[in-house]
Amino acid sequence: MNQFINKNLYGDYGDKEQATGASGTHNTANEWPLWEVFIRSKAGLDHKHAGSLHAADAKMAVENARDVYTRRMEGVSIWVVESKYVHASDPFEAASMYEPANDKVYRHPTFYNLPDELTHM
Amino acid sequence: MNQLTYTLQIADNALILGHRISEWCGHGPILEQDIAITNTSLDHLGQARSLYQHAADMFNALPAEEKKTLFVSAALQAKIAKDEKIDEDDLAYLRDGWDFRNVLLTEQPNKDWGYTVVRSFFYDAYNFYFYTELQKSKDTVLAAIAEKSLKEVTYHLRWSSEWMIRLGDGTAESKARMQEAVNHNWAYTGELFEMTTADKEMLAAGMGVDLNAIKTQWQKRVDAVLEEATLSIPANAWMHSGGKEGRHSEHLGYILTELQFMQRAYPDMEW
Repeated sequence: MNQFINKNLYGDYGDKEQATGASGTHNTANEWPLWEVFIRSKAGLDHKHAGSLHAADAKMAVENARDVYTRRMEGVSIWVVESKYVHASDPFEAASMYEPANDKVYRHPTFYNLPDELTHM
Repeated sequence: MNQLTYTLQIADNALILGHRISEWCGHGPILEQDIAITNTSLDHLGQARSLYQHAADMFNALPAEEKKTLFVSAALQAKIAKDEKIDEDDLAYLRDGWDFRNVLLTEQPNKDWGYTVVRSFFYDAYNFYFYTELQKSKDTVLAAIAEKSLKEVTYHLRWSSEWMIRLGDGTAESKARMQEAVNHNWAYTGELFEMTTADKEMLAAGMGVDLNAIKTQWQKRVDAVLEEATLSIPANAWMHSGGKEGRHSEHLGYILTELQFMQRAYPDMEW
């Protein structure tokens, strides 16, 4: 029963489970999986990452997201995805991944004049 | 007078269940559910506030003689003797146990997550059909409160039904503990549908809800969820009652002790 408290750093999902294998006895085996939550603040806008939470399944994740992230009228729509399905770029490759774009200013649409009526650009 | 008593019945249910649920704040099984159940608690307290405001307005409009006969509490009687108006806080903090008209189900202890979920489920299912009908009340304030509350209650019922199924149809241990909680709380469900004088008079006046009618709907919903949760209704049909008439279990005393402490110890304190 003393399995409730353990240190859980953001982004730790998957690693500990992998380290012990699927049937491992590590104390994270009993933990609910982590989910990433995306909230759309109003119709027409896109879903934005709001944070993460624990839930036993997708249904519970949506309900938990409703209670954790939309209590102050933040949203009209919720998406959840189990965090293990999110694949990320490697921070150590950041230099080769992103810096080459630094001096390619011609790729930015900075040479256009936008009409004032245009929002969300 | 019946309209006032009727409003207090509904308000007391909301306050006492809301307080019971609020005891989970900071103690929930996981962070997310701690927030969820505390949200629900605040919904109940919000409903209680609106209903107590309505009750206080009706009380203040009563003739002086009638005011004296309604509540036993010495603290309230002192206010009435001074001809002061009462408000929602007075009704929540200054009435004694026998002035409260909540059903016994709402004052049952949390015990564990299973007991808490079962108690909420039985009550939420009742509350859902009750508020649905109360929207048609000729008392326009009650109708408006019902309409606003129903959105919250719909979510409460969804939440508690989900947990009934999740834990009932869960592991051997969760199922056994849920069945124990069902067996315990079942004996407090009969009172939900008992018609007091206030219930009958309000129904006759087109302002109240026919509890016999919603009992059928409630039973149907409970049967469906319990079946999916692989839980059974206990065979013992004996039911507790008395809460709606002011006869409570010892639990209410402990709730009020905590709930009312500040106002009783430091009268009229504000913060």
